[in-house]
Amino acid sequence: MPGRIEVSNQEAAVWQTATLTEIRRETPRAATFRLAVPRWAGHLPGQHLMLRLTAADGYTAQRHYSIASAPDDSGHIELTLDHVPDGEVSGWFHTVARLGDTVEVRGPLSGFFAWPGDRPALLIGAGSGVVPLMSMVRHHRLRGLAVPLRLLVSARSPEELIYASELGTETTPVFTRRAPQGMPVGRMAAAHVAPLLAERPAHGWEAYVCGSNAFAEHASRLLVAAGQPVDRIRIERFG
Amino acid sequence: MNVTRGFTGRPRVHNPGLPPGQYDAGEDWPVLSAEVTPDLAPADWSFRIDGLVERPHTWDWDAAHTLPASAYDGDIHCVTGWSKFGVRFGGVSLDAFFTVVRPHVSATHVIAYSHTGYTTNLPFADLTGGRAWIVWEYDGKPLPSEHGGPARLVVPHLYFWKSAKWIAGLTLLDHDEPGFWEGNGYHERGNPWEEQRYSGD
Ligand SMILES: Cc1cc2nc3c(=O)[nH]c(=O)nc-3n(C[C@H](O)[C@H](O)[C@H](O)COP(=O)(O)OP(=O)(O)OC[C@H]3O[C@@H](n4cnc5c(N)ncnc54)[C@H](O)[C@@H]3O)c2cc1C
Repeated sequence: MPGRIEVSNQEAAVWQTATLTEIRRETPRAATFRLAVPRWAGHLPGQHLMLRLTAADGYTAQRHYSIASAPDDSGHIELTLDHVPDGEVSGWFHTVARLGDTVEVRGPLSGFFAWPGDRPALLIGAGSGVVPLMSMVRHHRLRGLAVPLRLLVSARSPEELIYASELGTETTPVFTRRAPQGMPVGRMAAAHVAPLLAERPAHGWEAYVCGSNAFAEHASRLLVAAGQPVDRIRIERFG
Repeated sequence: MNVTRGFTGRPRVHNPGLPPGQYDAGEDWPVLSAEVTPDLAPADWSFRIDGLVERPHTWDWDAAHTLPASAYDGDIHCVTGWSKFGVRFGGVSLDAFFTVVRPHVSATHVIAYSHTGYTTNLPFADLTGGRAWIVWEYDGKPLPSEHGGPARLVVPHLYFWKSAKWIAGLTLLDHDEPGFWEGNGYHERGNPWEEQRYSGD
């Protein structure tokens, strides 16, 4: 399956200094970190970057993070990190980081999961897997795109739904542990996917699935069972 | 060096087996494929070698199992940053397959492709000399499908995206051609010890 875009090899090879300019709490476990990256070459919704922290003794830790913000010319990008218990990198962000701190990033990386805004997009995510999908939703809004876009997102509870206040009519949330009054509790199922596939936009959906490996396996099987062609399902697994 | 304020990293013992920029995933074995995991039964699996060879050949499951058994016992390294130590794969060395097809001297590169359409390119020399395997066992048990079962390529001295899951075949070429991730910005060779992650590294 081809990538959606050609990625620039030059940008991907260079580490740049990024300065933390804003921290926003999203849920008890997740926060958004806004970074000034003056020489950021731009990205497409869905792409990720590599981030590196360096200790005084030279030890480095690097991890991949999806870009949460839509492409714009603000000279800033945003990442949303889950606080992983004992997490080396996410732990630093959630307990040590403060405005003005610098980290290093390289990217954007991978054109495979990218969505330029051209084809109807069916987005399915769970937990922090909603991050690259939110970049797509934001891009869709910012550009006023007419191409159909739907988001199906799974979270444990309403409090753990990242970007809850920003989600609109394009979004169907699924709650696995606790739901608001009148909404069912349970894992994502065929019944959630069927109505979206029934919409049948012209030329069909391009499906983007993102989350833990267990979720990606489950969601991609639901899509295949519902008739979505396997070669039009793109998967990003956070591990 | 660009030191991050307040970052010390986790207490660690120096591990000479860990390539630069990697961490020990311990018991975890993350899954990182961009595709839907296929339901591929051993009876539907086949493995073909063609291109610049004397005798192109296709093995089915049973035929591949008649080749001399060979195991890899060692470490694997994924470009996303994790390494896994003391992994045991059972299968057949690629050398045994090459003995049958007899590669031309003009063969310099290989495209490995999977039953799902995934591709990755490798220098031919990286697949010979007991350094590459077709494997169907992990830890003495059948290789799980999400890790490439029923059979995958294993080239442990390169980043693991080179070790194509659900391997379907190799085509020997006299030139290099980018595979799936290589066309998406990843390095052509992917040597973990030289940190060849992205093209340009
Ligand atoms: C393409 C891609 C995009 C991603 N995008 C995002 C994103 O947008 N948002 C997001 O939140 N995450 C994202 N991730 C996941 C992210 O890269 C990290 O894996 C995650 O933040 C955890 O890193 P960490 O350093 O905090 O945790 P780690 O230190 O890696 O720990 C992870 C787990 O392993 C255990 N562990 C690991 N090593 C040790 C050790 N030596 N000793 C004890 N315990 C250990 C920890 O206890 C913890 O439970 C993405 C991953 C990928 C591959």
